[in-house]
Amino acid sequence: MENFNYIRPAKVADAAKAMKKAKDGKFMSGGMTLLPTMKQGLASPSDIIDLSGLKNSGVKVGSKSVTIQAGTIHADVAGSKDLKKAIPGLAKLAGGIGDPHVRHKGTIGGSVANNDPAADYPSACLALGATIHTSDRKLAADKFFTGMFSTALKDTEIVTAVEFPIPKKCGYAKFPNPASLYAMVGVFVAQLADGSVRVAVTGAGAGVFRVPEMEAALSKKFAASSLDGIAVKSKNLNSDMHASAEYRAHLITVMAKRAVDAAK
Amino acid sequence: MPAITMKVNGQAVCGDVEGRTLLVEFLRDKLGLTGTHVGCDTSQCGACVVHVDGKAVKSCTTLAIACADSEVTTIEGLAKNGKLHPMQEAFREHHGLQCGFCTPGMIMSAVDLVKRNGKKLDDETIRHELEGNICRCTGYQNIVAAVKAGAANM
Repeated sequence: MENFNYIRPAKVADAAKAMKKAKDGKFMSGGMTLLPTMKQGLASPSDIIDLSGLKNSGVKVGSKSVTIQAGTIHADVAGSKDLKKAIPGLAKLAGGIGDPHVRHKGTIGGSVANNDPAADYPSACLALGATIHTSDRKLAADKFFTGMFSTALKDTEIVTAVEFPIPKKCGYAKFPNPASLYAMVGVFVAQLADGSVRVAVTGAGAGVFRVPEMEAALSKKFAASSLDGIAVKSKNLNSDMHASAEYRAHLITVMAKRAVDAAK
Repeated sequence: MPAITMKVNGQAVCGDVEGRTLLVEFLRDKLGLTGTHVGCDTSQCGACVVHVDGKAVKSCTTLAIACADSEVTTIEGLAKNGKLHPMQEAFREHHGLQCGFCTPGMIMSAVDLVKRNGKKLDDETIRHELEGNICRCTGYQNIVAAVKAGAANM
């Protein structure tokens, strides 16, 4: 791993300033993706701006929405008693990210800002219609995730919180890669407060995406059987040594059904 | 190079680190605490698990400088007064190892999972909690048995 300047600011404004000053800076939250990437020589930033000094952690359940501070580790999201009552599917998702050690360091802010095509959180954000709060503005999840490892964030912009509307019910099912524990396919299904249904898929494509055919079918009847015969085309899906595009296409329907069955 | 201080196994320590110095490098190379192993270096095997401020983390994916002023516990810090920790004793008793390379990480993870899940554990919980620790020898059967027994004695 190449060396770098290490900065741990205590304020969001100072973090943005440090990024502006850096030649090729990177924000780091838990570092669970960034550090392995740097160790492999796939990234060599001049400056690491460690956001753990911001100490912005916590899950706050309101009457209509849940706001999770960006620095909240996955273990704290998974373990939040209030969240388990308000959005149990989201707590379950957090409890299945990586392994216990990853859940002790990785954060929700880091996960959504990195937008790994196989990360779990982006599917929950998209399916629940979350709002991403940043140092500069608030963005709907539909506008935030823009493709493989890319988001609408500007260079010095920092995710500060993620706000999830409380749905009627929701569920998440993933088929993890047994080695990396990332999603080969993960599907988050949510029936929102207004009765509409959203289905978001991670792990299968270049980035998280919705499946309108499934959403329409589940809006008529929220049952796994509504998804019989509905499949995403394999054409633009990922294909690698772990799973072909066709296999991933098949898994999407299987995981979507399991997510519907698990929905609470 | 900035100098950092931290508490490791109850002892105050200090040392110079670069930004890129990993916690496991600091522990092994600067402090000579070689019980913490590097198995994969890709953050998957869990041989390097230590506790930082009470939480089990992979020390190969943690910057030493980010642990300044933290409290770190390694496998060397578990035995007290020449007596093995109940979890270490259980691994010996149940032969929860063959080559032993993954064992320090397994035991540090096991102690952490008992802290979070209590002393009465079923196999499913133990196996889920050990997803971040890979053993190439045992097939896990005896490890799960050891964790169960160690948990009851903690």
